[in-house]
Amino acid sequence: MLVKATDMGVRRGERWIIRHVELSVDRGQLIYLIGANGAGKSTCAKAILGLLDIDEGSIDRTPALEVGYVPQRLALNPTLPLTVRRLITLTGRFPGTRIESALASVGLHRLGDPPVTTLSGGEFQRLLLARALLHRPDLLVLDEPAQGVDMAGAGVLLDLIQDIRRDLQCGVLLISHDLQAAMSTGDDVVALVPHEHDERPFGLDDPYAGAARRAAGQA
Amino acid sequence: MLDDFFMRALLAGIGLAMVTGPAGCFIVWRRLAYFGETIAHSALLGVAIAVLVDLHLVIGIFFTAALVVLAMYYLERRDTLPTDTLLGLLSHGGLAVGLVLLSFFPNMRVDLQALLFGDILAVSHVDLAVIWGGGVIALGLLWWIWRPLLAATVSPDLAVVAGLKPERAQLVFGILLAAVIAAAIKIVGVLLIVALLIIPSAAVRRFAASPEQMAAGAAVVGMMAVAGGLFASATFDTPSGPSIVVTALVLFILTRLGRTLPAGGAR
Repeated sequence: MLVKATDMGVRRGERWIIRHVELSVDRGQLIYLIGANGAGKSTCAKAILGLLDIDEGSIDRTPALEVGYVPQRLALNPTLPLTVRRLITLTGRFPGTRIESALASVGLHRLGDPPVTTLSGGEFQRLLLARALLHRPDLLVLDEPAQGVDMAGAGVLLDLIQDIRRDLQCGVLLISHDLQAAMSTGDDVVALVPHEHDERPFGLDDPYAGAARRAAGQA
Repeated sequence: MLDDFFMRALLAGIGLAMVTGPAGCFIVWRRLAYFGETIAHSALLGVAIAVLVDLHLVIGIFFTAALVVLAMYYLERRDTLPTDTLLGLLSHGGLAVGLVLLSFFPNMRVDLQALLFGDILAVSHVDLAVIWGGGVIALGLLWWIWRPLLAATVSPDLAVVAGLKPERAQLVFGILLAAVIAAAIKIVGVLLIVALLIIPSAAVRRFAASPEQMAAGAAVVGMMAVAGGLFASATFDTPSGPSIVVTALVLFILTRLGRTLPAGGAR
């Protein structure tokens, strides 16, 4: 077990953004975190990453857990000159061969070293993935990596993530909108329902939660 | 014509530009221009306090500026007001309190003109030693926090997950900025110090392929601006601060004229 959240809740003011979330990721597992917009997927991921404090429940992490994080968006200031190789070494210094192999594993090794502003959306996401891989993570957390990437690019990304999970034997927590991919490829699917803990619940017809419950019933 | 006072001012200015180059890049990358202005404006309060308790001006300015940085660090986490409102509060609050305090001492020999616009005649041997000693320490600190600060500039979340402690780096940078601005007051003045931080970085952006190149380039352009500006100031008897900033501006415009030059990515 790499990380395990028990009865996790995060509150902003009086409102619970997420509550009663149970989630655990094992080595080699691909766990999907799905839900509609505003269901608290990113909040949930940030809590798992330790980027924000939880107000309820607990999170257990394996000691010395190395985490790789691919954020949903990275708004780069164009005044900051960054090339491909400079960007992936932002968070640490690594030997050249390791950088090459990280770039190769996402298919960007033949790109040279252009400014990151010239990359396409899909290439940029793959670059962020390579940066996370450089740290040889035990746990990889990806926040909607396929957003803003076309269908083909999204498929490539998903295949990549599967390869990485197999090669590194790491656990993957993947935030996604793609219910179908989640059902067909995930080891487990955690569905978050927006406004579930508001006074008047209107999330009961939520398609993500409904499908996840049905799937859970079949399993 | 290289009088002793002129050499001192030139050396002080060059020592200063060595630090304002890299520090200024972070101001541009992190969009901290108003933060820099706030620290500069608080300098007048620092002067008033230095006069009151009989401290060296630069020390008084540094301590006040550092207090403003700490106040900002605290308020940003505790208060719901937007950052620019908080900065405006501290900036103009500090300026107003400083001016009111100074008005209680009508006989005080505080040369407001020199504080606002810089005065190359004012650079003493002690100032020169403070600027170079402080400059070397500042560069060392900047080197130490470079990776976490740069990572946090791109994404604080990525920096935290990689265990880089970006909050500490940001606080160190704020204090460093307070020191740089305190040291720069004599040469450039309160009103124009932020220009010396921003214009050289902006001028070299399109020629730089990496953050480190941009920082080094900004330091070089800053030194050129300081040297050119001080010569102009001595020759035409113009105030040193505005002369330096005008020189920097001319250098910036020159870099913009060469449209056919290879551009390093986004402009």
